Amino acid sequence: MRHELPQSPEPASKSWHPATTESRTARFVLIGVALAFLGLFLLLPLISVFFEAFRKGPAAYLAVFADHDALAAIRLTLLVAAIAVPLNLVFGVVAAWTIAKFEFKGKAFLTTLIDLPFSVSPVISGLVYVLLFSTHSALGPWLKSQGIEILFAVPGIVLATVFVTFPFVARELIPLMQEQGTTDEEAALSLGANGWQTFWHVTLPNIKWGLLYGVLLCNARAMGEFGAVSVVSGHIRGLTNTMPLQVEILYNEFNSVAAFAVASLLALLALVTLVLKTLLELRYGAELAANGGH
Amino acid sequence: MTLGFTLAYLTLIVLIPLAGLVWRSASLGWGGMWHVATDPRTLNALKISFGTSLVAALINVVFGVIVAWVLVRYRFPGRRIIDAIVDLPFALPTAVAGIALTALYSKNGWIGRWLDPLGIKVAFTPVGITIALIFIGLPFVVRTVQPVMEEIRKEVEEAAATLGATRFQTITRVLLPGLTPAILTGFALAFARAVGEYGSVIFIAGNLPYISEIAPLLIVIRLEEFDYTGATAIAAIMLIISFTMLFVINLIQAWSRRRYGYAT
Repeated sequence: MRHELPQSPEPASKSWHPATTESRTARFVLIGVALAFLGLFLLLPLISVFFEAFRKGPAAYLAVFADHDALAAIRLTLLVAAIAVPLNLVFGVVAAWTIAKFEFKGKAFLTTLIDLPFSVSPVISGLVYVLLFSTHSALGPWLKSQGIEILFAVPGIVLATVFVTFPFVARELIPLMQEQGTTDEEAALSLGANGWQTFWHVTLPNIKWGLLYGVLLCNARAMGEFGAVSVVSGHIRGLTNTMPLQVEILYNEFNSVAAFAVASLLALLALVTLVLKTLLELRYGAELAANGGH
Repeated sequence: MTLGFTLAYLTLIVLIPLAGLVWRSASLGWGGMWHVATDPRTLNALKISFGTSLVAALINVVFGVIVAWVLVRYRFPGRRIIDAIVDLPFALPTAVAGIALTALYSKNGWIGRWLDPLGIKVAFTPVGITIALIFIGLPFVVRTVQPVMEEIRKEVEEAAATLGATRFQTITRVLLPGLTPAILTGFALAFARAVGEYGSVIFIAGNLPYISEIAPLLIVIRLEEFDYTGATAIAAIMLIISFTMLFVINLIQAWSRRRYGYAT
C-alpha cells in the first residue's frame, strides 16, 4: 500500500515516514521551536528568581527572613489562605453539588456567575470592595461608627482573596459531579442513608481527588494574588502586606536580593503546586478526566 | 437548602460588590463616562492595554498551537516535565513573574544585555508589557487546544493522505480548520486575561503615562488619588469593551464550529 502514497515514492529510503506524521526534520524543528519558546518565556524567569535571590550568597538570603516585616507578610499570607481556602472549599462543594445534582431554572446563569472572577481584572475585583466599603460609600460611615475596619485591613484582604479564588474548587467539581450523575446517591438513599451520610460516605469519596486538585489551585492563587489584594490592602508595613505585596515594596526600594528571596518562597510554592498537580493527574487522571483547561 | 447557601454566598461575595460598581457607573451617566473615556491619558492606557494584549494573544496562538502539537504528537525525553511546566504561569504569583521578567530584560539582565547593543529596549516599553502578557497567556491557548488535538481521529489524516494531499496540505486544510474553534477559545481566554493583568506587567512596564501605562494601573492611580469616580469609569469602560469583544469572539466561534468543528 505504501508505495501508492504520492509523497513516498521510495519507501525504502531514509526520508520515508508514515503519511500521518511529519518528516524527521520537521519534527526536530517543531520540538526545537516549542522547547526554545518555553525555555525562554517560562523556564528562564523561574530560574532567574532563585539566581537573583542567592546573588549575594546564602547568608544574605537567610538574613532576609530575619526581618520583622518579611515575617509579618508570610504570616499574613498564611492567615489569609487559611481563611479563604476553607471558605471556598465549602462553597465549591455546595455549589457543585447544587448545580450537578439538581435541576432548576437559571442554572446556566449561576454557572456563568461562578466563572465571573476569572474574566474580571483583579484590579476591578479589588475596586468593587473599595467602592462598597470606602468612607464615601453607603456602608462606609456606618462601619466607621461601629469601629469595624474592612478596607485597608485584614478583612478586606480576605474578602478580595475569596472573590478571586472562589471559582477554582467549584469549576473543578461541577463537570466531575455532572459526569458521575446521581445513581450512587440514589442507591445510598434507598438503602436508608440520610442526606449527610450519603454525602460523607458516597459523594465525597467519589470527588476527593478532584476536590484536592481544586484546593491546590485555589491555594496557589490565594497565596499569590496581587492585583486585587494590592487595591484593598493600603500597604501598611507589618500589618496589611501579604508576601506578593512585600515583594513589590522591597523591589521598589531597590532591595533586589530581599525581593527575590521572598519571591523565591512563592516560586517554591508554585513548583510544589505543579508537582502535586502533575502527580494527581498521572495517578488519578481518569477520575479527574472531566476537567478541561482553566 | 444548598441552592440557598450557594445563592447567598454568591450574592454577598459577587453580586452586591458588582452591583455597587454598576450603580456607581450608572450614576455617572453616559456623559460622565464619555468625559473620562476621551481623556487622552485614559485613551492611551486603553490603547496600550488592548493593543499589547492583542499582540500577545496572537503570538500565544502561534506558539501555543506548536507547543500543544509537539506535546500531543511527539514522544521525546522530558515530555511530561515540559507538559507540567506549561502550567507554570497559572501557579506562579504574578508579582514574582513580573520582577523576574524585569530582571531578565533590563539593560544588564540575562536577555537584556544581548538586546541592548542591538538597540532593542524591552524593559519599560510596550514590548516588555507584551512579553509579560505572553507569559501569563500561554497556558490558556495550550490547555484549550491540547485536548481537542488528542481527539483528532487518525482516519481523517489517512483519508487526506490517500486522496493525494501532501502532509502540509493535510495540516493546513484538514487539521487546522477543525481546531479553529478551540484556537479561538484559547485566543479569547488569553486575550481576556491579558487585558486585566496587573501584577506581572507593572514591574516591566515602567509605567510612563501615554507610553507604557496600562488601564488597570490607571485605575489604581485614580484610586490612590481618591478619584473613585474616575476609577469606576475606567473599570466600566474596560468591562464593556472586554465583554463586547468576548461576545463577538463567541459568535465567530459558534460560526466556525458549525462550519469546521469536529463532531465530538
